[in-house]
Amino acid sequence: MTGNDTLGRQATAAPAGAPLAIELCGISKAFGPVQANKDISIQVAKGSIHGIIGENGAGKSTLMSILYGFYKADAGEIYISGNLTPIPDSQSAIRAGIGMVFQHFKLVQNFTVLENVILGAEGGALLRGAMASARKSLTDLAREYELDVDPDAVIEDLSVGHQQRVEILKALYRQADILILDEPTGVLTPAEADQLFRILNGLRDQGKTVILITHKLREIMEITDTVSVMRRGQMTATVKTKDTNPEELAELMVGRKVLLHVEKKPATPGEMVLEVENLRVRDEVGVERLKGVSLTIRAGEILGIAGVAGNGQSELLEVLGGIARGTGTVRLNGQEIALTAAADGQSRRARGIAHVPEDRQHLGLIMDFSAWENVAFGYHHAPEYQKSALLMDNDAIRADTVSKMERYDVRPPIPTLAAKSFSGGNQQKIVVAREMDRNPDLLLVGQPTRGVDIGAIEFIHKQIIALRDAGKAVLLVSVELDEIMSLSDRIAVMFDGQIMGERDPAKTDERELGLLMAGVVK
Amino acid sequence: MTAMPKWADAVLVPLISLLIAFVISGLVILAIGEDPVAAMKIMVTGALGSTYGWGYTLYYSTNFIFTGLAVSVAFQAGLFNIGGEGQASLGGLGVAVACLFVPWPHWSLALIGAAGMAALFGAAWAAIPAYLQAKRGSHVVITTIMFNYIASALMIYVLVTILRPMGAMDTASARFDPSLKLPRLGDILGLVGIPFNNRNPANISLLIALVACAGVWLLMWRTRLGYQLRAFGKSEKASVYAGINPVRITMYAMLISGGLSGMMAINTVMGEAQRLLLNSVEGAGFIGIAVALMGRSHPVGVLLAAILFGFLYQGGAELALWTTIPRELIIVIQALVILFTGAMDNMVRKPVESLFLMLQKGKA
Repeated sequence: MTGNDTLGRQATAAPAGAPLAIELCGISKAFGPVQANKDISIQVAKGSIHGIIGENGAGKSTLMSILYGFYKADAGEIYISGNLTPIPDSQSAIRAGIGMVFQHFKLVQNFTVLENVILGAEGGALLRGAMASARKSLTDLAREYELDVDPDAVIEDLSVGHQQRVEILKALYRQADILILDEPTGVLTPAEADQLFRILNGLRDQGKTVILITHKLREIMEITDTVSVMRRGQMTATVKTKDTNPEELAELMVGRKVLLHVEKKPATPGEMVLEVENLRVRDEVGVERLKGVSLTIRAGEILGIAGVAGNGQSELLEVLGGIARGTGTVRLNGQEIALTAAADGQSRRARGIAHVPEDRQHLGLIMDFSAWENVAFGYHHAPEYQKSALLMDNDAIRADTVSKMERYDVRPPIPTLAAKSFSGGNQQKIVVAREMDRNPDLLLVGQPTRGVDIGAIEFIHKQIIALRDAGKAVLLVSVELDEIMSLSDRIAVMFDGQIMGERDPAKTDERELGLLMAGVVK
Repeated sequence: MTAMPKWADAVLVPLISLLIAFVISGLVILAIGEDPVAAMKIMVTGALGSTYGWGYTLYYSTNFIFTGLAVSVAFQAGLFNIGGEGQASLGGLGVAVACLFVPWPHWSLALIGAAGMAALFGAAWAAIPAYLQAKRGSHVVITTIMFNYIASALMIYVLVTILRPMGAMDTASARFDPSLKLPRLGDILGLVGIPFNNRNPANISLLIALVACAGVWLLMWRTRLGYQLRAFGKSEKASVYAGINPVRITMYAMLISGGLSGMMAINTVMGEAQRLLLNSVEGAGFIGIAVALMGRSHPVGVLLAAILFGFLYQGGAELALWTTIPRELIIVIQALVILFTGAMDNMVRKPVESLFLMLQKGKA
């Protein structure tokens, strides 16, 4: 891989004359042998929204961590508003007017909004004065930027979208002029994302500078003024958003042409594989999470479940995958499945149900285990993995892992590497390889491409389609409406633990699905 | 990205930590007005300078191997078994029952029987906290500590009212039949022509401890059960996804752990005292935690750490015997070793890591 390929355009300077909020010159940072950032220069104009896009591991977060004082760059200079500003720690970043909103919020769950905002900026031993002045500036900020949040609400009672607003308020309260948001929409519903974008536009109109880190092309196109593309630690291009298009950006990110649309033949549904009738699930505290769900999937068919996260999709996957208990009737190939046993994943697997879980880091993989140990995970009783009645055949598992890694394009193809050392996309490929390679009758897939880079998304989508074309039934749960619409043969929308309706993806649109997702019955 | 080779992580880092612990120990000895070099010499010659010293060192090590393995197995399954002390004393009761009430034809059969009973009693004592953890969610750290106290009270009751021979003033059981005396390490090594002192308590239990090390390694890294134990220890949530039953795995892990703790008693009760004494465990259950910590919950690490702690025990006794350095100082040294090898591991690891990174960069 050469540094100067012809694909990337030369980094273009911001328009002459426009004052710069930030200028990074020749930033480099290495973690041991890994060059995370290599001679990166970037100019961000004041009062603009600047997108930074790149695949996982391209070095976006490292660059922003340097800007926020978490890491010290090996080389390079940072200029804030034209002045050389060394940023050795996050305190100096805050002083320089930089605010950061992390992907995983840093809020005290049982504190109120107000308490969280002044945390670390109490300005004295007694809270009273700070609380009063903070309350006032909070109301001012809320009015100015349409950031309505009740200052006395406790964080854990707030929706994710509101929690994010508190993070933004925290930064603004500390007089941030430059706001960095790291993958801000990963946790938001489409509606919440729209609201966030309105807020960001408002911030820009007030003269603030916003840096948006994301891997979602649509967001870049929708909201940014300028976009910088990173690949393998280098800045491959900086372009005006209105002069580019998603295909070009995807190519710049991945380094080759990428198919953004899924190509598939029409479905040819066969025998009934899964029949679910009146399925109900209660959580630990007794709240009903699934309220009588009924659905069917035939062989050679993908049923997509659309819905805002937290409306029972996870519970549906968990009860079908044997993780949670439930009541109701579930039949696989005409035979009933018991729903009363806990941790019953073994019998589900034996019946031909495979499960790519929503949360690969906490469910699908053991991050400290090596890749080959993860390949046996859940299939550790499989006969081909046993040497004798007592001993496992580790060599056989490793050999199988090598073969799976090759066929599912897992990189790097090292079976002994710990799962946590792989990128998100390759972790997901390990899970996908493990679950799909056994040719299950029914595949349960949750958020197959969450936190997965574009190249891997394309690959995983192809695998799901291939399994369908091989005459298998697929239940697909995703909060990405695009994904549901492009992969599914039928779409069922879930809201509040119930199926609101079923639609044909060819005859529906995002608006109609969005209404169903919001619980508006038609 | 880990740049450090495995050997550096497993050997170099603990060795440097150990060195720091000994240097600081030396400073402490200097501070109380003694000569640290002379003290070290006494410890080394006392514990390792003769086969007599080695015998005592290995005798203590045998205890620590069993209890260290016990803590390790539970630890790999994500359970912190602090009840080694209680489980080992119940193991002693198992040995006593086996040796006092069964007419064994030969010591070897008695050893197998006693080891089985020790493991059974130890496992049974771990079973109740295990069940409470698995079914009721009562934290095993709390319950195993409480069971140590219950065990100690129970042993007093059993020894005073049941096992104490009529008329004896001692809180101890009757002596076991002399035919059940286990071969000493010196006897065994003598068979293969290695001269080894015979006036020390090291006995054939050491070999059983070594077998236990190999067994635990086999269990954890080669069997399905071990795989499930480790998976459960890393992530309970993911294990449930994989269809691993949390209740069953918690029970298995604690039963194996308790059994290993209990087996320590064949060394102390059957191998050395030849009768059940009050407080036969003498803190080895707790040392096991330190041994497992230092040994990274791996049988090889546990073996090495157990020998180190055996050395500290025997060397400390020698130190108290020949100098005015109080015996308590040895606890200070042990504490420093635990502090540096266990708790403050990263203090050494980080610099060593960056050193290796620098070396690599130099090569590249």
